Amino acid sequence: MTTLTPPRREKKSQRKLLLYIPLLLATAFYLIPLYLMLNTGFKSFAEVDLQTMWRLPSGLHFDNFTAAFEQLAPALWNSIRLVIPAAFISSVLGSINGFVLARWKFRGADFIFPFLLFGMFIPYQSILIPLVEFMRDINLYGGVPGLVLTHVIYGIPITTLTFRNYYATVPNELVESARIDGAGLLETYWNILLPLSIPSFVVVLIWQFTSAWNDFLFAVVLTSPANWPITVALNNMAGSQIIEWNVQMAGAFIAALPTLLVYIFLGRYFLRGLLAGALKG
Amino acid sequence: MRFNKDRMLAVALVSPSILAVFIFVYGFIAWSGRVSLSEWVGLLPNYEWAGFSNYANLLQDPRFQIDIRNTVIFTVLFVGGSLLVGLGLAVLLDQGLRGESFFRSLFLFPMAISFIVTGVVWRWLMNPATGSRISGLNLLFDNLGLDFLISRWHTTPQWGIAAIAIPAIWQMSGYTMALYLGGLRAIPESIREAARVDGATELQIYRFQILPMLRPITLSAMIILGHISLKVFDLIVAMAGKQVALDVPAIYMWTTTFDGNFYNRGAAIGMMLLLSVAVLVIPYLWYTLRTEAKV
Amino acid sequence: MSRKFTPFILLLLFAMLLAACGGSADEPEAADTDTADTASTDEAMDEEMADEEMADEEMAQSVEVFSWWTGGGEAAGLEAMIGVFAEKYPDIAFENAAVAGGAGTNARAVLATRLQAGDAPDSWQGHAGQELIGTYVAADQLEPVNFLFEENGWLEVMPETLIPLISQDGNIYSVPVNIHRANVLWYNPTILSENGIDAPASLDEWFAAMDALQAAGMDAPLAMGEQWTALHLFETVALASLGPDAYEALWDGSGDWGSAEVTAALEDFAKVLTYVNSDASALSWQDAAQLVVNGDAAFNVMGDWAEGYFREIGFEPNTGYGWAAVPGTGGNFQFLSDSFVLPKGAPHRDAAIAWLTVAGSIEGQDAFNPVKGSIPARSDADRSLYGEYLLSAMDDWASNRVVGSLTHGVVANDAWKSEIDTALGLFLADGSIENFQTALVAGCASSGPCQ
Repeated sequence: MTTLTPPRREKKSQRKLLLYIPLLLATAFYLIPLYLMLNTGFKSFAEVDLQTMWRLPSGLHFDNFTAAFEQLAPALWNSIRLVIPAAFISSVLGSINGFVLARWKFRGADFIFPFLLFGMFIPYQSILIPLVEFMRDINLYGGVPGLVLTHVIYGIPITTLTFRNYYATVPNELVESARIDGAGLLETYWNILLPLSIPSFVVVLIWQFTSAWNDFLFAVVLTSPANWPITVALNNMAGSQIIEWNVQMAGAFIAALPTLLVYIFLGRYFLRGLLAGALKG
Repeated sequence: MRFNKDRMLAVALVSPSILAVFIFVYGFIAWSGRVSLSEWVGLLPNYEWAGFSNYANLLQDPRFQIDIRNTVIFTVLFVGGSLLVGLGLAVLLDQGLRGESFFRSLFLFPMAISFIVTGVVWRWLMNPATGSRISGLNLLFDNLGLDFLISRWHTTPQWGIAAIAIPAIWQMSGYTMALYLGGLRAIPESIREAARVDGATELQIYRFQILPMLRPITLSAMIILGHISLKVFDLIVAMAGKQVALDVPAIYMWTTTFDGNFYNRGAAIGMMLLLSVAVLVIPYLWYTLRTEAKV
Repeated sequence: MSRKFTPFILLLLFAMLLAACGGSADEPEAADTDTADTASTDEAMDEEMADEEMADEEMAQSVEVFSWWTGGGEAAGLEAMIGVFAEKYPDIAFENAAVAGGAGTNARAVLATRLQAGDAPDSWQGHAGQELIGTYVAADQLEPVNFLFEENGWLEVMPETLIPLISQDGNIYSVPVNIHRANVLWYNPTILSENGIDAPASLDEWFAAMDALQAAGMDAPLAMGEQWTALHLFETVALASLGPDAYEALWDGSGDWGSAEVTAALEDFAKVLTYVNSDASALSWQDAAQLVVNGDAAFNVMGDWAEGYFREIGFEPNTGYGWAAVPGTGGNFQFLSDSFVLPKGAPHRDAAIAWLTVAGSIEGQDAFNPVKGSIPARSDADRSLYGEYLLSAMDDWASNRVVGSLTHGVVANDAWKSEIDTALGLFLADGSIENFQTALVAGCASSGPCQ
């Protein structure tokens, strides 16, 4: 760029200005739903009217958010009870599995790996009926613990693979030198690999947090109404339509907020998780 | 001695997880397969052998034919749309514009939101009401004088499913943008410089130099989005509830199993879905693993 | 922390995790008491344990009742009956497990999952008729409640025509709370009088009225909502077109779904659909009903629960809304009845019986029905509590020919109904009467009595 002659640079900056037109159109496309949620949420009950839905509120009113929060509070709590253990347990399991699969070659490892991988992609409709039957048999149907278990198990493939790919990049010499110093399997993991993998932990925790928070299918099939997480409760609230749509918009924003906050503050890791999930399989 | 002990420990550490995945994934698939070959209709299990009659019935089932048609339309529009929008945005952001990181974050944020939230909001945006009850995007278009854009959205006869692809693209195109942007950044500047020296225009550089290099990313994105598309469920439930016009296999499986108690048919639909995903994903995984093994 | 110990701590952690997953799976009670004793720092864990402990203590003092009454007059009626229950049984906590979704379609899917998983609520709402008998009694999920009818003298005060529909082999399987009418045409009196239209009595009069309204500039004189409301409309038009004898014959297997009469009925239905709003599939039944009182449409066909909704949103009978039997169905009362059941192995059987006793009592029914907008299943209700519409329904119930509703579970079981619903959904998508009829014939053969 620095080698360009001045006239060309001028032309270039004009071209750049033109590029903002499609960019701003795209911005509008991405922001419209957010605008609708917040704009409607902040209106007072009296201002809510489909005819004026695009106009700004007269001030910041919190009636809709309060009403939606009262409705959704139990479900929010259920979601918290779900995602914290689900994300934590799957990360620990994924880390241990990933470590072993990356470092210790044993017979059958090449066989196990693709089977694990495919487990990430299956449509859950193909295991839904047995899952319900099984949860009934072990007495975990209807509650949050059964849902935690489900998310942990179906999360094993992705968490394991993310950690495995990460641990595979750790130089062999590091591990070998520890071995020579007499460190065993667990000591090597604990002293060398675990401290290195904190960023991976963040990636996997965020990934599992997001997918458990956003899950609908498992939740709607496996939990009874008292234990519904936020997605099911929100859909139920929206489906009934007795509640005015302004409260639905406020509720939708409340349901989206936790993952949005994670995205805003830890977006770098979130993106890394996304890309790891795609590029490495 | 130590080596053996470690080896045993290693096996002990991973085997519970491996076992769990094998039971919950492959064991349950086999179990579902068995249900799909049974006479189970009603609340209580009935494993009486039915052969492949459930599959045969499904292939002749007009509702399942609508499901297939809807899935094909949705997949083409959603995957194609996400790739195009994602590539377009990535190329725009690759021009070194001011505020790039802001735009990048903006296009990605829908990824963090659930399909249910997306569906609930877009359901209001795509309100198909007309006349005095007009609202949502249609009202906005009306106010802006863009009346030609007013649409019946997902209530359009025959093609309603196409409207559902719009929120899906809204949600996932940031993801393809991120993939492409990563790919573009990985292309050394020297290649572009060389092309410029040869007198190629920027457009030609993209068309003949850059796009071919992004092909592996396009393939990855197609597989990931394609399998999401085959499984689409929450988004349609939140936007349109249960209606045959917008039916897809995942919703048919859900309603026939839990509303009609046709467990055998529900299981058969689940297996067909699995098959379609497997056809898409297995060759890709095989290819990825082989290239990875070579490296 | 000494390095020597770290592997052990890690191993311990892992073992605990395994115990937490595996232990609670195999023997939940033992695992719970173990962990409840140790002071856990994990708040989420603590809360779970506390919940379960509370549930244990309240064993005899709570009753979980499952229904789809989540909105409007339905929810308010349920609340009123819960109030009566709380007065009579102050030491039993009422757990309201209500699931939203029109006509209970969502709720029944949830209930089926729960029953499938052996997690039955203590009692649930069911539609009297084949929905209960063909689905839950056939699956051996219900306990007969004849003893309740005998102890409380309900047989003397409940309509005779109702008892056979909720019984099988002499066993009564549910306690009916109310009677609803499905074949009601709601109209906007102002619009009709402005256009010089009387409430239509036959299908032809109805078509003429709607043609006149369209000519006067109302594109969609008939308001309809999502797919199940189309099924509701379909059953009333079928009754109008076929007449009660041929209509009933379709459900007991003696009628022919492939007949020319059924074709004519489907043609009538197709014609009715030409007057319907284009955004029907995006609307709930409440949205569709509201179009009538708001003056956006002239007519809506919906069960008489709509009346409770009209009053709740502030409209008065005769001025805000008017009603008549669906054109062509005068003299027929297409009914449905909400009732509550006693599941086999109810988690809190005594509390469930207490709830059923209230549900069948005069106090319970007179608390519930005026608010819900239905007539009591009992004939000895206090007439002074009921509004104008409900009094007219009570009179019709006593004098009309009674036929059952399809959408609301009287005439077909869940499997057959879901096949008909699919056939209708396909018809709404492709508009082919021929395919519709073929699918109806096939549905009766595969899931109905036409084998």
